[in-house]
This record gives sequence, C-alpha cells and structure tokens, in this order.
Amino acid sequence: MMSIAAARELRDGVLCFVGIGLPSEAANLARRTHAPECMLIYESGTLGAKPDVLPLSIGDGVLAERADSVVSVPEIFNYWLQAGRIDVGFLGAAQIDRYANINTTVIGDYQKPKVRLPGAGGAPEIAASAKEVIIILRHKRRAFVENLDFLTSVGHYKGGKSREGLGYTGAGPTMVITDLGILRPREESRELELVAVHPGVEVDQVREQTGWDLAVSDDLKTTAPPTEEELGVLRELRRKTEAARKEGAG
Amino acid sequence: MDKLTSLREAVAKLVRDGDAVALEGFTHLIPTAAAHEIIRQRKGDLTLIRMTPDLIYDQLIGMGCAKKLVFSWGGNPGVGSLHRFRDAVENGWPRPLELEEHSHAGMANRYVAGASGLPFAVLRGYKGTDLPRVTGTVAPIKCPFTGEELMAVPALNPDVTVIHAQQADRRGNVAIWGISGIQKEAALSARRVIVTVEEVVEEFEPRPFQIVLPAVAVDAICEVPGGAYPSYAHGYYERDNAFYEEWDGISRDRERFRGWMERHVLGVESFEEHLRSIRKEEVMKA
Repeated sequence: MMSIAAARELRDGVLCFVGIGLPSEAANLARRTHAPECMLIYESGTLGAKPDVLPLSIGDGVLAERADSVVSVPEIFNYWLQAGRIDVGFLGAAQIDRYANINTTVIGDYQKPKVRLPGAGGAPEIAASAKEVIIILRHKRRAFVENLDFLTSVGHYKGGKSREGLGYTGAGPTMVITDLGILRPREESRELELVAVHPGVEVDQVREQTGWDLAVSDDLKTTAPPTEEELGVLRELRRKTEAARKEGAG
Repeated sequence: MDKLTSLREAVAKLVRDGDAVALEGFTHLIPTAAAHEIIRQRKGDLTLIRMTPDLIYDQLIGMGCAKKLVFSWGGNPGVGSLHRFRDAVENGWPRPLELEEHSHAGMANRYVAGASGLPFAVLRGYKGTDLPRVTGTVAPIKCPFTGEELMAVPALNPDVTVIHAQQADRRGNVAIWGISGIQKEAALSARRVIVTVEEVVEEFEPRPFQIVLPAVAVDAICEVPGGAYPSYAHGYYERDNAFYEEWDGISRDRERFRGWMERHVLGVESFEEHLRSIRKEEVMKA
C-alpha cells in the first residue's frame, strides 16, 4: 500500500530523485501506470533511468543501460539537485519528528551510539533542494519520536517559517506516507497531521504508533484501495525483479 | 609502458602506513582486489576516505587497518548494515575508529575542490542539521557578492587514490564507461594514483558515456580481471547481489569474519586465487 500510495502522488512528466527500496518501487510503478514520462534520477548519476527490474543498489547496471544520460556524482548534486531542477525527492528515515525532520545517522548518543546507522548520503541535499519531498517509512512508535537522536536532514525544522530562515530553496516535505496512512504538514505551524488512513486502519492505531500527540485532520479521508491495475503492475514488477535476481545468482 | 605493474608492487610502493587513502567506486567498479592487497600487506593507521564505504571498507576496518574514516554513507547497499563498521564505532573493535562525517554533496564537492587545487568548496547544505555539531570540517561562509550565508567544506587531497576501470591502453590512458561516480575527481585530487583494470588493450573503442583519464594523471596500472567483484564492471560482468546478501552473515560475527578473511584474503597470493577460493565454497555463484 505504501508504494502504491506514493506512486499516485507522482504526476506525469516530473523529475523524480529516487532512492533504493520503496521509493524506487513507487517511482517505477508510477512510470508503468499513469506517469510514463516521469523522469527517474538516481544519485549514482543516471538521468532518465528506465530499469525493467528493480535495482538492489543505487548504482546497478540496469540503471545505466537505457538511461538518457549518465553523469558524474558532482554533476548530480550540483547541477541537478542544488540548482533546483528536481521536482520530487523521495526519502526514507529511521526516525522522524512532528516537523518531518529526519534522522538516518545514529540511535542514541553520537559519540557512543546504541545503533550506528549508515548516515546522511544524499538525503540532506534532497531535503534541502528538491521542490518537494515525499517521505516513506513504516509507522512505528520508535520511528515517530518526540525528539530525534540526530537531525540528519531538515524537514520543517522548528515549524512555522523556520525552514525558510535556513535559506533552502525547496518547499520541504509535503507528505509522509506510512503503512497506516498519510500525513501532511499543516499550513501555518507546519506540524504533521494525519490526513488519511489506509483501508481498515483506525485512528487510534496510528496514535498508538506515534510518539507525540498526533494532530488529526477534521476532514480525515480513507485512502482508495489499490486498483486491479496497480496491484497487477506491482506484482509483475516484483516477480520480474525476483526472477532476475535468481537468474543472476544461479 | 612503465606504469604497467603488478598490484602487489604498486601497493608496496605507493601506499604507506598512515596514509589517507581513497578507494572510490559508486556501486560500480569498486576496487576490491586493491583493498585485499592493502590488507595482505598489513598496511596500518590508514585514514580511509570514501563517499560510500561498503564491503571493502568493512573488511579494512574489521582487519584493523584504519584509524579514521571520512565518509558520507556507510552501509551494505540494498542489504543493510556494515557490521564491522558498526562494531568499530559502537564497541571500538578491533580498534576505535575516528569518524569525519559529511553528506554526499559535501564529499563530492570536497573532491572537486581537491581536483581543482582550491582550499575549499561551497554549497547550500548542512544548515539546521546536526552534522556541523559533530564534524569539524564544515563552516559557514558569506558570499562576497550577495551576502548569502553558505557552507564551506575543505578540499580532499588523498595521499593515494585507487580506482578500478574497464580498460587501459598501452600508453597508460584509462577508459571508464557506465556509472563513473566520483572516480575522476578522486583520482585528480590525489597525490598518487593506482588504477586496476579489467584488461589492457591496443586501442579504445568508443562507448556511450565513456570518460578517459589521461596517462599523466595515473602512476600505476595493474591488470586484474574481475578485480571489482562482487561489484560489477559494465561490459564485463554483473554485480553479484547474492554475495552482498551473503556478506551480511559473514560479517555479523567477529570470529566468522576473521576466519573468512584468513582463508580467502590473507591465505591467498592474488585476487585470482581469492576468486577461486570463494568459488570453491560456493560463496560466489557466478
């Protein structure tokens, strides 16, 4: 449901900066359904990648094979991302707070971490410079926290107009898609509020998995269930990916 | 061509204890063979530099070769954690590891500054994040023309950069095609450069998105077929995703990791022998 909900948000023709995992699945699903002209950009340097199966890593050969262009890493970050050419950036997170700031660095104290995570990668600049950011992660209480252990990538910072004060050119996170529902920042405060739940999910379930007092929209919607077409395309994509992996390993 | 040499000789001559070493590769063309040679020659106290430290840095760190890591994303791509890296940071095993941590954009621009002979690079990033709090090599700077406050990061100039490429020609030029990542900048910012290649050819054929690193920018070229395994060399072999998944189990446990390294890296003479040795245990499926 997460990748289907995310895919629906991609308009046709947008330039989309994609990470591996759910974002990659969502973007490729969109490209195979309603958004065939959506241009996929991976941080390894592929512009307009058209993978026929989902890559395991950010730099799989399948991304370069039929790409419109392959450029260097500095070009990707400077000419494409920082210059404001990317419409939508997808991000994941280990922790997120009520202003959609993200931690992917450590759980616990930085100097003596309980869990050392991979770190920043491309996320801070995607969060800073993509015109809008969509965050995808599973809705768990240990991920939706009152206070981040480390602020790796800026969302709406301290709320209100504080993000603009940092000089970033992108609008920041416009939605957070989880396995339970969809959250969007409120207009003034920029605090995340629950705007939709997925079919069969209760609001209390979402509250229980959120580490702060979660705001809920007066106009709470239920996400439309996946269509036959969406499910069919997604299953086919997963099946082909799995088959390609087995073949590669065998 | 006097630059053509064995990998053993190149590492012995050009990599020194205490050096700052960058073995670059962005998922594609990772210089695994060179990393193994550095481990076999027991090079120590290294400062390892890399945007995306992956399995080979996990191996170097787990074998105690590194005192410091300069990086922006340390994971097993598509799989999860680097367990040796985590063990070093979380528990100081086999020795504590100093971290200098940036974002990808920061690292990429540090290499660009290094390759350009400039002292620092400027970018719009880091502000509001906790990175400047823990990383000393990030500082605010004011644009002299607009007054905008930006962030500066110092140039990277590794003592040695090691990359893997598809081909070199007889004159020592190096051809890379497919995803070329940060390799050009990493090579041009370094004091010494080692390139391992799939093969040495008479003449390059034109390829889509090919870059050529001229011979003057390279100190040593070593022919090591398969030298990027388990990553891939576009046009030669594919990434062995199964090995990356396998590594998760091998690296999780200290004893199992050490045993694997003893058998397949320290206990062999060359990368060719390494490939034979892991194939025998069916770790390498291809």
